[in-house]
Amino acid sequence: MTTVLEPAAVPEAGARPDTTILRRPTDAKGIWSWMTTVDHKRIGILYGVTAFVFFILGGVEALLMRLQLARPNGTVLSADAYNQLFTMHGTTMVFLVIMPMSAAFFNYLAPLQIGARDVAFPRLNAFSYWAFLFGGIFLYSSFFLGGAPNGGWFGYAPNTSITYSPGHNIDFWVFGLQILGIASTVGAVNLIVTILNMRAPGMTLMRMPVFTWMTLVSSFLILFAMPIITVALFLLMFDRNFGANFFNPAAGGDPLLWQHLFWLFGHPEVYILILPAMGMVSEILPVFARKPLFGYPVIVFSGIAIGFMGWGVWVHHMFAVGLGPVAVSAFSISTMFIAVPTGVKIFNWLGTVWKGSIKFSTPMLFAMGFIAMFTIGGLSGVTHSVSPHDRQQTDTYYVVAHFHYVLFGGALFGIMGGLYYWWPKVFGYLLDEKLGKLNFWTWFVGFNLTFAPMHWLGLQGMPRRIYTYDESLGLNFLNMVATVGSFVIAASTMVFIYNIWWSARRRTGLSAPDDPWDARTLEWATSSPPPDYNFATQPVAHSVDTFWHEKYSEDDEGRPVRRQPAEAASTAVAVADGGGDGDADGDRAAGPARAPTAAELGIHMPSPSYYPIVAALGIPIICYGMLYGRDSGSNYVVAVIGALVLFGAIYGWGMEPSAEPEEDHDDHGGEHQPALVGGDPAELEAGAAEGAAAAGGGNGDGAPSSDGGDGGDGGDEGAGDGDGDGKEA
Amino acid sequence: MATAEVTAPAGHGEGHGHVTNTGLSNEKLAMWTFLGSECLLFGALISAYFLYRGRSATGPTPEDIYDIPYTSVSSFVLLMSSLTMVLALAAIQRGDHRRLRVWLMATALLGASFIAGQVYEFTSFIREGLTIRTNLFGSSFYVLTGFHGVHVTLGIVMLLSLWNLSLRGKLPQSRSEVVEIAGLYWHFVDVVWIVIFTVIYLIPS
Repeated sequence: MTTVLEPAAVPEAGARPDTTILRRPTDAKGIWSWMTTVDHKRIGILYGVTAFVFFILGGVEALLMRLQLARPNGTVLSADAYNQLFTMHGTTMVFLVIMPMSAAFFNYLAPLQIGARDVAFPRLNAFSYWAFLFGGIFLYSSFFLGGAPNGGWFGYAPNTSITYSPGHNIDFWVFGLQILGIASTVGAVNLIVTILNMRAPGMTLMRMPVFTWMTLVSSFLILFAMPIITVALFLLMFDRNFGANFFNPAAGGDPLLWQHLFWLFGHPEVYILILPAMGMVSEILPVFARKPLFGYPVIVFSGIAIGFMGWGVWVHHMFAVGLGPVAVSAFSISTMFIAVPTGVKIFNWLGTVWKGSIKFSTPMLFAMGFIAMFTIGGLSGVTHSVSPHDRQQTDTYYVVAHFHYVLFGGALFGIMGGLYYWWPKVFGYLLDEKLGKLNFWTWFVGFNLTFAPMHWLGLQGMPRRIYTYDESLGLNFLNMVATVGSFVIAASTMVFIYNIWWSARRRTGLSAPDDPWDARTLEWATSSPPPDYNFATQPVAHSVDTFWHEKYSEDDEGRPVRRQPAEAASTAVAVADGGGDGDADGDRAAGPARAPTAAELGIHMPSPSYYPIVAALGIPIICYGMLYGRDSGSNYVVAVIGALVLFGAIYGWGMEPSAEPEEDHDDHGGEHQPALVGGDPAELEAGAAEGAAAAGGGNGDGAPSSDGGDGGDGGDEGAGDGDGDGKEA
Repeated sequence: MATAEVTAPAGHGEGHGHVTNTGLSNEKLAMWTFLGSECLLFGALISAYFLYRGRSATGPTPEDIYDIPYTSVSSFVLLMSSLTMVLALAAIQRGDHRRLRVWLMATALLGASFIAGQVYEFTSFIREGLTIRTNLFGSSFYVLTGFHGVHVTLGIVMLLSLWNLSLRGKLPQSRSEVVEIAGLYWHFVDVVWIVIFTVIYLIPS
């Protein structure tokens, strides 16, 4: 059965591909295994850890600013340092904290929630992460290389043109954002393809968990919004590096071009930041209210509607520019309109918890906090849509208060809830509840102390981005309150870090079962933490909240009744793996003590690779080359070297198969992946024997492959159990 | 890069049937998705060009400098390359590897002729006194057409890589989709040129 070849297959010599530049990494542990990993779960963890480090950095920047503003005529910071700090604080929190923190959840959860083994393009996924990390390091290297960006996170031209910002500060911002844009766009393509193409059998779009839905919508927003800021940044770069005139008023350049391009990106960006948190909250509320999500389709369609309408409101960032009454009125109305789907979501969440048996665990507290704080932020947003009102608020602290209520009170509350909720799944132990509650309440109080006073400060006329204010203005008390609040948030963050450390030390006591919250979606159907192949058997979705319905049936009055384990298992493992090689018995509840490896199960996982990190490394080299090339009389040698690194890595990547072929892999599709079987040794052995037989055939003729370059070196490296058997056979 | 990922069987233990929910392979769906993103990139660049049309403070203006018959010929060359691309795909789909290579090379050469034409055009414009620094027209013209030129160049690299793979026997008929995906990109770049040619050369300011 193993010698069948496709007629068109081109036999390859048994040698490994001669085009390999870097050998295949083989480390399974240690730092190299993390640098070459293509596992979506590890990449998700990398995203999360990195984003948290940047959160600390952005938070320190905020604390410094609050120290400066604590008293009138503060002397902690110079005006220039203050400019750098508010620019980097905004840029960091948007591009290096909330977006990648959302990406961490996207990467970790989306494949699990749709019942897939990985993302569609595992190596591209690794590339996205490394590009993001290097982009962040590139941005922060500016602090040591002559000064950080100082033109605001929006970088209004012509203030950012070379005439007014001659140093390298803005260049770091321009190129850094360009790198981060590449990372996000590539990630978005990957996630869109994964979610559209790789759902488990039965997992129709309208059965996907809401978080996965919001991942999809955010990814589409990233896909379409990023190229617009890419163009804006390119135009600015051509102005700064090559003397073009796009934003040069002397040559007729129009500052409005920048503003339109930036906010046409910038407003969808707002929804890129908030939709993932909305998805997390939509997952948490039903679990802790022990009710299905109220109006699932309505929540999904509201999310999609926000995604579309988010493209039609950007001018409300520019009401004070003077675009004339028609444009302002039109965008006023569209901005009021976008509050409708948002409001629909809020009422659906309220409907979800209404009359539920609510359990106020830490994730639930953060989710409820999200609803309350986001509603306040949403309402102050509606006040901005009224353009006469907005004219009074533009560039005051009222705006600062508003967007912190949506981005901190919204996105970060949701993310914190998500961290507490999914922590046991990711790390295998629960975070402590007492510390968690302390974390929540300090977070909640600190947040409101910091940002609620800013509403009043703004309405009293305190402008944004000023580094001092006079004693006589009557702003002293509220500023001091805000500063105190910001340090309460910092303390709360320390509580969170302490909780991680303390709970990890006590992890045996807090070690998590597979499904600690009695949850509803597929990621809880696998072990905590999940094995690298995610699911031993291909899950099948029968409904929304399919995992819940595997666990519970209903009595005559619609109350949930827990199924008996045997009964549950029979529904749970009704498997059909596309090729029809499924196996229907086995008991997930009584799984094996040690999870079998992918090789033992005959599951073919993508192999690690050096190329993504090398390719990503080429990009900052290009950027440093461009940046310093301007000073050295248009000597762009370094940039060319970076480009060669990038293209060399892409070439090697293209020549390297995404997975090392195992003997039984290429030609026969799923023919003998032994169907999984919660740990029945007889079955496993049978599977291995089958694999060995296959391997014998495969090795004999050099593992000919329908995939051209992929075949050839089976058994040479990465010898798992199956490989060893194969050689003997 | 398309050629990079298409060599990658997704490797999910589902076999190579590529039974996907949409029926499109992951690689092809990724290319379509990426092209969607590209639409916004060119859309923003074309908008910038439109905004600055006729607003240059100094000359030369488009009327002074465009050689429309010349650019029409090079546009025709680029459009013909879409035809040869289709022929290349048809060749590999019926297993004719020699013709595949002929048509791939023809497509790459037509694309290269277009790029050569663009280099000549840029050079002659610079001689006539239009650089990226001269005025708004110069800035927006060079950036827009330059971005398109870079896209064509990357397409040529893709085509030559495929040609090389085929020559070494690594592009079997069963993988004809690789050629199809490269073709998607190539046709997209052509279609974008039709829009650019129309809005910046043919519509009078």
